[in-house]
Amino acid sequence: MTDTPLTDTSLTDTSLTKTADIAKTPPHASARPAAGARSPRGVLWRRARELALVPALLLLLLLGALVNDAFLTERNLISVLGASAALAMVVLAESLVLITGKFDLSLESVVGIAPAFGALLVLPVAQAGFGTEWPAALALLAILATGAALGAFNGVLVVKFKLNAFIVTLAMLIVLRGLLVGATEGKTLFGLPESFYTLATSTFIGIPMSVWVAAGAFGAAGLTLKYHRWGRALYAIGGNAEAARAAGIRVERVMLGVFVVAGVLAALGGLMQTGYVGAINANQGQNMIFTVFAAAVIGGISLDGGKGTMFGALTGVLLLGVVQNLLTLAQVPSFWIQAIYGGIILVALMIARVTTGRAQD
Amino acid sequence: MSTPGIPMTERQPTPPLVEAVGITKRYGPTTALLNGQLTVRQGESHALVGRNGAGKSTLVQILTGLQAPDSGTVRFDGAPAPALTDRDAWRAKVACVYQKPTVVPQLTVAENLFVNRQPTGRAGLIDWRRLRREAAELLDHWDVRVDPDARTAELKVEDRQMVEIARALSFGTRLIVLDEPTAQLDNREIERLFTRMRALQESGVTFLFISHHLQEVYEVCQIVTVLRDARWITTAPVATLPREALVEAMAGESAAHREDTARTPVPADAPVLLDVRALTGEAYEDVDLGVREGEVVGLAGSSGSGKIQLAETLAGLHRPRSGTARLAGTALPFGDVTATLRAGVGWVPRDRHDQGFVPAMTIGDNATLSVLDRLAGTPLARRLGFLSTERRRALAADLVDRLDIHAEGTHQPVSDLSGGNAQKVVMARALASDPRLLVLVNPTAGVDVKSKESLLARVDTARDDGTAVLVVSDELDDLRRCDRVLVLFHGRVVAEHPAGWHDHELIAAIEGVARDRHAPDRHVPDRHVSDQDR
Repeated sequence: MTDTPLTDTSLTDTSLTKTADIAKTPPHASARPAAGARSPRGVLWRRARELALVPALLLLLLLGALVNDAFLTERNLISVLGASAALAMVVLAESLVLITGKFDLSLESVVGIAPAFGALLVLPVAQAGFGTEWPAALALLAILATGAALGAFNGVLVVKFKLNAFIVTLAMLIVLRGLLVGATEGKTLFGLPESFYTLATSTFIGIPMSVWVAAGAFGAAGLTLKYHRWGRALYAIGGNAEAARAAGIRVERVMLGVFVVAGVLAALGGLMQTGYVGAINANQGQNMIFTVFAAAVIGGISLDGGKGTMFGALTGVLLLGVVQNLLTLAQVPSFWIQAIYGGIILVALMIARVTTGRAQD
Repeated sequence: MSTPGIPMTERQPTPPLVEAVGITKRYGPTTALLNGQLTVRQGESHALVGRNGAGKSTLVQILTGLQAPDSGTVRFDGAPAPALTDRDAWRAKVACVYQKPTVVPQLTVAENLFVNRQPTGRAGLIDWRRLRREAAELLDHWDVRVDPDARTAELKVEDRQMVEIARALSFGTRLIVLDEPTAQLDNREIERLFTRMRALQESGVTFLFISHHLQEVYEVCQIVTVLRDARWITTAPVATLPREALVEAMAGESAAHREDTARTPVPADAPVLLDVRALTGEAYEDVDLGVREGEVVGLAGSSGSGKIQLAETLAGLHRPRSGTARLAGTALPFGDVTATLRAGVGWVPRDRHDQGFVPAMTIGDNATLSVLDRLAGTPLARRLGFLSTERRRALAADLVDRLDIHAEGTHQPVSDLSGGNAQKVVMARALASDPRLLVLVNPTAGVDVKSKESLLARVDTARDDGTAVLVVSDELDDLRRCDRVLVLFHGRVVAEHPAGWHDHELIAAIEGVARDRHAPDRHVPDRHVSDQDR
């Protein structure tokens, strides 16, 4: 038995010397045997699934146009985009964390506290500020730095101390919200420098800067996720952290980085929200995380990690943005809007489950 | 018995691929390996065998640089082993394909081959076309017939293993450790894996092969090293070590070879407990099957034969398209596991990690999981759903005792147990309800020789108690104890063998090969008749 003759002789010409560098010297690239069962159809099908929400989005646009004349106007569509920009940033942030296989619920509180912290640094004591009266540019930087610091704090707790991401960031959500209410004594912050609003108020080709920034961020993230080792590392970690570690990926460091980036993106989203509203309310961003998760999951991001694309997440955001806009245009009584919006998200999740044919695990 | 050193290649001037000497590793008070040694030479595939806890995995962890030994040295090609932190250097020396996949299921095969070293083009962006091309070349080079664009999750186990082997080879190593590669494969798949392994051996790859199945050692390895109780026992060419001697070296005692399990046949007038008529489902068609009281019926077939589907249908997991199954005259409630349990069916699922136990729960909790409704102290408590801890403890202790589960006590989590003992817990859960029908799917998969004996002995006891037993298995050792074995091929029962069949008869039926019944009576030692023999 020990020296059974080789039945498959196709390999006997493969001597050891040839194997030195497979990548550079293809042994028989020209005479390639028909490799196994190739399935270009399978690949196409997978691509098609990424676009699954596009028909739904088009259908909604059509529906909107039929129901309300004002819907399919340039002005209204731009307002949909402007209203969705802040949400889009937070969905982007959450999607990165989810793909890595973790959670960050506290992002909604970062949306509130990061710009508020910047504002308090600028505002005089008379307007409830710290009295430091920093220059606006420095305060804007401080907003992003706050986001990064909070992300790093979450990251250290989750990654280094191995605390459960869900419950840690839930605690942080409450703590940060409490800090914001405490620091502002529940009041709304007005009279901020003009630069705090610039993202939402200034436009380029008629479209708010916040939309351009969000689009740019999604583009950059999508590119990185698809075409950069860092991006692929997120999928590898979310799919099988041990395999990623075995492949030489510094799992802890990458995860920590993702939490920091998510914090910065959420802070930027908060700044957009501030500009859109024109002030900072003590409950800015509150209850936003539900919509964020809904958009991500509808868009095909797996809560189990390792799955999902930026394009999908973006379609999720746009879908919810259009729905919100339609509800407003339809003049649904404000007392009922929450129930209807939640119900629509629930239905959208069910439809996404059916059309994409994959479990939203 | 002990023949240290390897005589076969005395004159070979090249140093061995890997040479480990005097390896000792302790974890706290327990000694995982004491003075272990292993020498693997180029071109001589080496088997590492031993029962669970013999120190195999410790040795492998040290050989692959995941652990440092407390004492002893490891040398590759005559040079000292690299530092533990230098993963790239280790990867160029040796790679291990574990039972647990080390690929990312959501990514494509091509990307898995090059995770974290994807070829990049301009601006450090990944060049996907080059990645795919290089992946295809790598797979072609080692003759691995897998689509590089396939999602890794969709691969068959054997293909996944070959992808992992190809990835390891691309780092430059020519020594591959295979950790129980056949545990999740059926006979045909194992045969294909072996064919590929032999081809790779021809092209200069050396394997360190870990397996519970001794026959596999004889099929693909030239040298075998036996570990027992954390110690090195022997290293010898397999050709000079008969099967009996190998078993003895592993077990440390002359394992009484139970060739003839002389048992009284089931009386012909014993009532038929399980009566299956014209059952048709997704994977099987028109199956008639009867199991008498105190009868053990085996169900054999390749992995696509529908045997597991059929067993799971009887356990209440699936709903058949048509047909009936009656247990002691009452129709089995298909598609309802709870009701099936209540109807008197005990079930050992095919994969203990998937469906067998809850790893974080204790032995006691796991063993009594299916009979919680019987553990109430009073009728009122029962109605309210309260459990009596006292009764639960008593039942669990009794089960641990009956099944010979080696543990500190019923409070130990199952995740702490070895494969054999964990499987006994699964068996305990099936037996806890005193079932009238016991459905066992791969009851001894991935367990050591001794646990296997003990598990099969429990089947015999159940038989003596008058339980009807249905054993679905790929292991001929499991089936040998059955009163009858039915063979399923493409969903249909094609053969029935009463106890005392010859291995080659059964294997021929499983593989769907019509055999001349009067062929010379060749003795085939274990379950594999290699494809080349036909």
